[in-house]
Amino acid sequence: MSTNHMTPEETQALIQEVLEVYPEDAKKDRAKHLMVNDQEVEQSKKCITSNRKSLPGVMTVRGCAYAGSKGVVWGPIKDMVHISHGPVGCGQYSRAGRRNYYVGTTGINTFGTMNFTSDFQEKDIVFGGDKKLSKIMLEIEELFPLNKGITIQSECPIGLIGDDIEAIAKQTTKDVKKPVVPVRCEGFRGVSQSLGHHIANDAIRDWVLHNRDNDAFDDTPYDVTIIGDYNIGGDAWSSRTLLEEMGLRVIAQWSGDGTLAEMENTPKAKLNLLHCYRSMNYISRHMEEKYGIPWKEYNFFGPTKIAESLRDIASFFDDTIKANTEKVIEKYRAEYQAVIDKYKPRLEGKRVMLYVGGLRPRHVIGAYEDLGMEVVGTGYEFGHNDDYDRTIKEMGNATLIFDDVTGYEFEEFVKRVKPDLIGSGIKEKYIFQKMGIPFRQMHSWDYSGPYHGYDGFAIFARDMDMTLNNPCWSKVKVPWLIEDEEETAVAASA
Amino acid sequence: MPNVMIRIKDNGALLFYIAKKDQEDEIATVEKDTDDEWGGKIELTDGSEYYIDPITPRPSFPTTLRFKRA
Ligand code: SF4
Repeated sequence: MSTNHMTPEETQALIQEVLEVYPEDAKKDRAKHLMVNDQEVEQSKKCITSNRKSLPGVMTVRGCAYAGSKGVVWGPIKDMVHISHGPVGCGQYSRAGRRNYYVGTTGINTFGTMNFTSDFQEKDIVFGGDKKLSKIMLEIEELFPLNKGITIQSECPIGLIGDDIEAIAKQTTKDVKKPVVPVRCEGFRGVSQSLGHHIANDAIRDWVLHNRDNDAFDDTPYDVTIIGDYNIGGDAWSSRTLLEEMGLRVIAQWSGDGTLAEMENTPKAKLNLLHCYRSMNYISRHMEEKYGIPWKEYNFFGPTKIAESLRDIASFFDDTIKANTEKVIEKYRAEYQAVIDKYKPRLEGKRVMLYVGGLRPRHVIGAYEDLGMEVVGTGYEFGHNDDYDRTIKEMGNATLIFDDVTGYEFEEFVKRVKPDLIGSGIKEKYIFQKMGIPFRQMHSWDYSGPYHGYDGFAIFARDMDMTLNNPCWSKVKVPWLIEDEEETAVAASA
Repeated sequence: MPNVMIRIKDNGALLFYIAKKDQEDEIATVEKDTDDEWGGKIELTDGSEYYIDPITPRPSFPTTLRFKRA
């Protein structure tokens, strides 16, 4: 069935076939999370169900609310100390995993890659951990006096034993005279990391955003912010340069390489630029309502989408900015054309399957298309209706769209659709590599990056080429398949 | 009785956003929509209907309002 283009009927049949092994109830449930794309559809909720509890018994790669808050939204704010409040494991096993690059001296004025935890023991569960929490915050203040504030990232037990972290936070704010933010992101809340993003946004709204409302600010008509860029491998930096070249002033970037002061100054902006819609739309909507700041989603993957987004952003400003924007696009034209000329012949016609998080399942499609590649399947770990609404138009007709895909389904889809490249995460990587299929991690950029902006596109193209056209893949064969072949060879010669 | 944030979309239409459900739908018709009154029965493009007692004067968007299912 590895024809280049499947018909909608073929894709539907494929879904049915893969679902066949499930018991009746599971089949019914999972069927709702899989769809055949049809660009005519306006509302995804009619075709695909999302943001539901994962089915017990299947392999899911989702994370928890704590991961969404500590790992994604708050963690990269570099000049604050984020306490993983609860047992040590949740923080230690996820420490520094997302490569949110930042400038600063770790342990002195920045704390991004460090792990702070209250290291709960049995007695803390039995007698409560409030005293311990206020003690460690005072210790933090003594050991790391240049921190600008502290957040308390609750792990599961905190919610279960009912500690009053809000009261401790208020008291400590008075003691240390710095913002102390309690975040109720216990892992059991919600069905995935997604609710953690929301809870983290709400904490920013309630404890941070208004801190400087009455302070004077030297504003310009060109003040914008970057929201929802986590600076993975330097992504926010290669985005920021483009905005600055347009003549805009970036007064804040969250949370990659971000600071508390930048968050507090965000309400002074004229326009909020939103990269990861899924994780930061809540706070953008709030600022639009409270401060009247419009927000704009943008996509800086690949030259086509970059130019589209730059022009879109420029349309909020005067003719000078618009003219600058054209100059920026022109300035990089030779550079990105050279990238396309070099790599497109090596990648043209190759088919990609994606399964990622927040925005990438739809945002990177354009970058692949710029290189002549086609995305034949895509899906979100923790997307919602509004994400799928935005995906349907980006994907070709009759392609596969899957929500919270299970380990089994993903493998089966890959076996039958036979993509030339898979882009997903660390949990999928080695399975597919052992199957001999070229694979790129599309969360961490496989320790490469940045991929955003024109500079990032060059790296993206190189990485896809070096992975896909690597001669190793034809040499990878798992032992049981080799034996099979030998047996058939023996049988044939007998 | 969902809390709904109403904002103006890029295309000028009003967007009906239910945060609880992450549902974004365009408003198709509003029963009363003048400078000094806004509300009544509201129909979304997906056909579902909501109701809000008319507000005077017309609120400025974005704003969060409480609707009833009609
Ligand atoms: S689910 Fe709970 S225990 Fe597990 S990592 Fe998340 S916060 Fe920690």
